[in-house]
Amino acid sequence: MLSKVRSTAQECLADVPDGATVLVGGFGMAGMPSELIDALIAQGAKDLTIVSNNAGNGTVGLAALLKAGRVRKVICSFPRQTDSFVFDELFRAGRIELELVPQGNLAERIRAAGAGLGGFFTPTSYGTPLADGKETRVIDGRGYVLDYPIKADYALIKAHLADRWGNLVYRKTARNFGPIMAMAAKTSVVQVDRIVELGELDPEVVVTPGIFVSRVVALGAAHPTTEAAA
Amino acid sequence: MTYVPWTREEIAKTIADDIWDGAIVNIGIGMPEMVAGFLPADKEIILHSENGLLGMGPAPAADAVDPELINAGKQPTTVLPGACFFDHATSFAMMRSGRLDIAIMGAFQVSEHGDLANWSTGKPGAIPAVGGAMDLAAGARQVFVMMDLLTKKGESKLVPECTYPLTGLACVTRIYTDLAVFDVTPKGVSVRARVEGLSLDALQGLVPVRLAEGI
Repeated sequence: MLSKVRSTAQECLADVPDGATVLVGGFGMAGMPSELIDALIAQGAKDLTIVSNNAGNGTVGLAALLKAGRVRKVICSFPRQTDSFVFDELFRAGRIELELVPQGNLAERIRAAGAGLGGFFTPTSYGTPLADGKETRVIDGRGYVLDYPIKADYALIKAHLADRWGNLVYRKTARNFGPIMAMAAKTSVVQVDRIVELGELDPEVVVTPGIFVSRVVALGAAHPTTEAAA
Repeated sequence: MTYVPWTREEIAKTIADDIWDGAIVNIGIGMPEMVAGFLPADKEIILHSENGLLGMGPAPAADAVDPELINAGKQPTTVLPGACFFDHATSFAMMRSGRLDIAIMGAFQVSEHGDLANWSTGKPGAIPAVGGAMDLAAGARQVFVMMDLLTKKGESKLVPECTYPLTGLACVTRIYTDLAVFDVTPKGVSVRARVEGLSLDALQGLVPVRLAEGI
């Protein structure tokens, strides 16, 4: 019987090695897999490369992982925020490497990894400093930049509902990077509000097919409402 | 002759009035956010939020905030009938494939060719952050810039060539400022409107880019 359900976040992340590349879902706090990040902090893996839209808020979640000195490099589009003081301090002290990627290129590089592509030409960033040193090409009169996939060892994602095959349904704008990160990692770990019986999710509304999901753990809802999504 | 600059509210209202019925629009973070408050009720304008929402509504009441329903500025928002959610790759595919009619953004500088600089001042020691600005610049069919025409030091932000790091090349189509509205055309920068009392000659005296009217 195929079951990807695990009972704890710790169990989901026990095998993360030092030096792993980890995709972390979420845009701001929406879709942020906070409990999985806490479990990764407790697990102890270090020298990590973290791929996420932002570089942590306040002192919790991603910011706490950074503060614990576990992250060697961050690949993201928008590290600077009003409450990103943990990243800011590490960056200014030269203790963390930053690869800044335009948000859509970040998403497409993750998608490309999940789609088995070797790269793609994007118009975004053409002619700007973020394309410095990259291969460019003019196609049909328009300039494009060659970008490469971001392949990862693990993805940490938050979704709304899962079944034991790993089929996922998200909730509102918490979906953001979840579907593409699930596809791009060798091991995709998903925390959900609730696990439902096989067959309860309408096949027409499944957003991430379970084939892209390795492990799911139910950790309850952080949001006040829990209307049925299926 | 004396003149009074347009207020931020007046600029925002002008932009809102210029958006056509049925347009798909992305309103950027910062000054442009004010445009949302002036969208005319008699037009159906569909707002895109790049974190994965089309059909965005106004801010919710304090007791109706949902932390999983936010806009690109990470503030709570709402959905209108007809709205849909999607992942990030789909959201930026909408931009790059030309489905987004208008992106409204702030700017540090715009060149006479429509080059945009709005993500970095290039100051050493500053933490760089770009977000979706380059994607919007490259992808939206029209880029409207909302900015003050002059810096606090009185230097024009409409320039022959941008000196700040670029966000995108030849992408800005219209510039809304506190003193004038400009169209960036293949023939040059055309003045679409000026504040009352500011002559074309006086405006030309503020801007180191050749201006014309009606091109």
